Amino acid sequence: MKGETVFDYAPAPENPDIARVKQHYQPFINGEFTDGGGEPLKTLNPATGEVLAEVSTVSSSDVDNAVSAAREAFERVWSPMPGTERAKYVFRLARLIQERARELAVLESLDNGKPIKESRDTDIPTAAAHFFYHAGWADKLGYAGLGRDPKPLGVAGQVIPWNFPLLMLAWKIAPALATGNTVVLKPAETTPLTALVFAEICQQAELPPGVVNIVPGGGDVGQTLVSHPGVDKVAFTGSTEVGKQIQRQLAGSRTRLTLELGGKAANIVFDDAAIDQAIEGIVNGIFFNQGHVCCAGSRLLVRESVVDEVLTKLRARVETLRIGDPLDKNTDIGAINSAEQLAKIRELVASGEGEGASRWTSPCPVPERGFFFAPTVFSDVESSMRIAREEIFGPVLSVQTFRTLDEAVTMANTTPYGLSAGVWTEKGSRILWLTSRLRAGVVWANTFNRFDPAAPFGGYKESGFGREGGRSGLAAYLQGDDDD
Amino acid sequence: MPVVLADATRDESSLRRFLRGLPGVDQVGVEQRAAGLATRSVKQDAKRWAIDTAIGMVDLTTLEGADTAGSVRALCAKAVRPDPQRPDTPHVAAVCVYPDLAATAVEALAGTGVAVASVATAFPSGRSSRSVKLADTALAVDSGATEVDMVIDRGAFLEGRYGDVYDEIVAVKALCAAAQNTVHLKVILETGELATYDNVRRASWLALLAGGDVIKTSTGKISPAATLPVAHVMLQAVRDFHEATGEPRGVKVAGGIRTTKDAIRYLVAVKEVAGERWLTPSLFRFGASSLLNDLLLQRRAKQDGHYSSPVYLPE
Repeated sequence: MKGETVFDYAPAPENPDIARVKQHYQPFINGEFTDGGGEPLKTLNPATGEVLAEVSTVSSSDVDNAVSAAREAFERVWSPMPGTERAKYVFRLARLIQERARELAVLESLDNGKPIKESRDTDIPTAAAHFFYHAGWADKLGYAGLGRDPKPLGVAGQVIPWNFPLLMLAWKIAPALATGNTVVLKPAETTPLTALVFAEICQQAELPPGVVNIVPGGGDVGQTLVSHPGVDKVAFTGSTEVGKQIQRQLAGSRTRLTLELGGKAANIVFDDAAIDQAIEGIVNGIFFNQGHVCCAGSRLLVRESVVDEVLTKLRARVETLRIGDPLDKNTDIGAINSAEQLAKIRELVASGEGEGASRWTSPCPVPERGFFFAPTVFSDVESSMRIAREEIFGPVLSVQTFRTLDEAVTMANTTPYGLSAGVWTEKGSRILWLTSRLRAGVVWANTFNRFDPAAPFGGYKESGFGREGGRSGLAAYLQGDDDD
Repeated sequence: MPVVLADATRDESSLRRFLRGLPGVDQVGVEQRAAGLATRSVKQDAKRWAIDTAIGMVDLTTLEGADTAGSVRALCAKAVRPDPQRPDTPHVAAVCVYPDLAATAVEALAGTGVAVASVATAFPSGRSSRSVKLADTALAVDSGATEVDMVIDRGAFLEGRYGDVYDEIVAVKALCAAAQNTVHLKVILETGELATYDNVRRASWLALLAGGDVIKTSTGKISPAATLPVAHVMLQAVRDFHEATGEPRGVKVAGGIRTTKDAIRYLVAVKEVAGERWLTPSLFRFGASSLLNDLLLQRRAKQDGHYSSPVYLPE
């Protein structure tokens, strides 16, 4: 407690020059970088609020060009190519991501605001892992359980969010390429940079022109892309609201669709759980990536008998989280991605206070510049409150209590979403009992936010449909013998 | 002591119920957390502070069959002035020896501020009769050692005879308390033989309830010795014990810690798991021999801006 024993970690910032940020970035269409016809956008560094780079965006005629380039590449080169040859390209992409991992990690942190330790240890390695995993499938598709010789669908139009820019790109592009499809991908408006460096990597890998096209832009570009008649398959990750629009638009067409949307996951802690590790899991579940995670454990359900202990330990642990410069290797919580998102978080937090929940916010120092929000825990939360129902997509946790197993299941399932859930107990039989009753695509037991390319990821209900990763993920990009 | 804890030690079955009732430790989770914290980057002033603090926490140890009065005296000299050319270098916390050499160390370290720790209770295996173990302890205490590093009876612990382990610690503690000096008791759990993190947690609480001032990972004679996840579990135990009783107890990690980088990882764990108040030699120690020289070389490198040769440091 003595004032003189201070072990404050000195700043340990990663060098921003490693990202080799360019002043101007261009769309990547048919194997070439060219300025698009859209209004250029400026992408910000959310940690400072300053402009990071200018990005040329595409017009609808550029989208036309990208789709026809993808069509031509699909018909002439990519789908006729034997799987063994396609695999070599996908492996090459994986290795190049690894080779340029440090550059990509720093760039991701600059553009997105996530702490370098996460981009360095999670985003980029997992992105590479997805390419490695799917490269292995390219010549074994006959063994995926989709018939003897499943066929690719054609051109995939893909739209990805800003929370894991390169990782979401990998989830989309790796399975599409491995199965013989070509892609036109739109990165998020606020985080287009790593996707455009990935385009450079496609050039480096000598990927045939048109196989991968990257078309930066706003929501209008996304809409043009997903409703484009030349697109055979749409894959979207983002908000439930936009997902519903897309589904309405595509209704009645032959375009195949997969959606990975919002979530409001329940993280359920029983009284016999390994409490110290459960605390880690709760922290990781909601504060990982500033809570900008669709599968975040944003609703903590704790058995009434241990709620005091859990809350005391949780607060003590959350106080140790370090919020600040995303490039500092000791930062645990980085910047909120945009002013707009920050405003949304503030609005929902205010509603929680207004509706009578008890707010606790970590007393950690928060940077004055840039978009930051200190980790916040709400207790005394009722299911009817907005903070218990709506996706906040920020470092804000709502804590509720339950008494019985059945009550826990009911509370966990009382949400329009169903992307993920967590269970913390030392009792194996209880885990199995619960997993069959929780209406969620992923249920983590005694861990949270673990991603592996071999494990399918996707939602129930308004969290979307279709799976990414694993064997089931391949089905989203293939036409089996049974399909018409 | 709060009622719950006082009740826990009432009899053998209460003790067993209490220890078995402690929350479990999830292996995957604790190892993941330890690995995550190990990526903390400690630089500049923080590193300088950490090096000096770590030097002041070292129990400079020699526990060889070949130890002699001469070799112990040499070690004591090094403990007092670890880097003779840099007099601003802090001295270590203690010198740790076998009980028959404790008197030699006490004489060599009189008035220096460096404590004498002696292992006892049939170290390292602890396989002897209670009376031999107590005589061993008495030799250490009577020689003037102010810290006793005892080993628990791992055989009894693994058989589930928690009461025997408890009684033995209490008996050794009584000898320490009866001494003329204040004698601190460190209880070595030998975590490498306890096999599971659940056992580490139970043994930690057992030792704390029995009055151990410090819980210590290992003898250094068994592999694995100290590991970061084990230290996490023990730091959680002293943190929770303090929460329950208001009494701060210490942790000592021993065996296999050889580099400054390793030591700093432990300090990070102390800070983030137990809390800043544990970052003091009375509440955290390193049992080590070769670690000291690496700390001194890193200290010189920080001051000079380049590495220097170990030939400038005494053996």
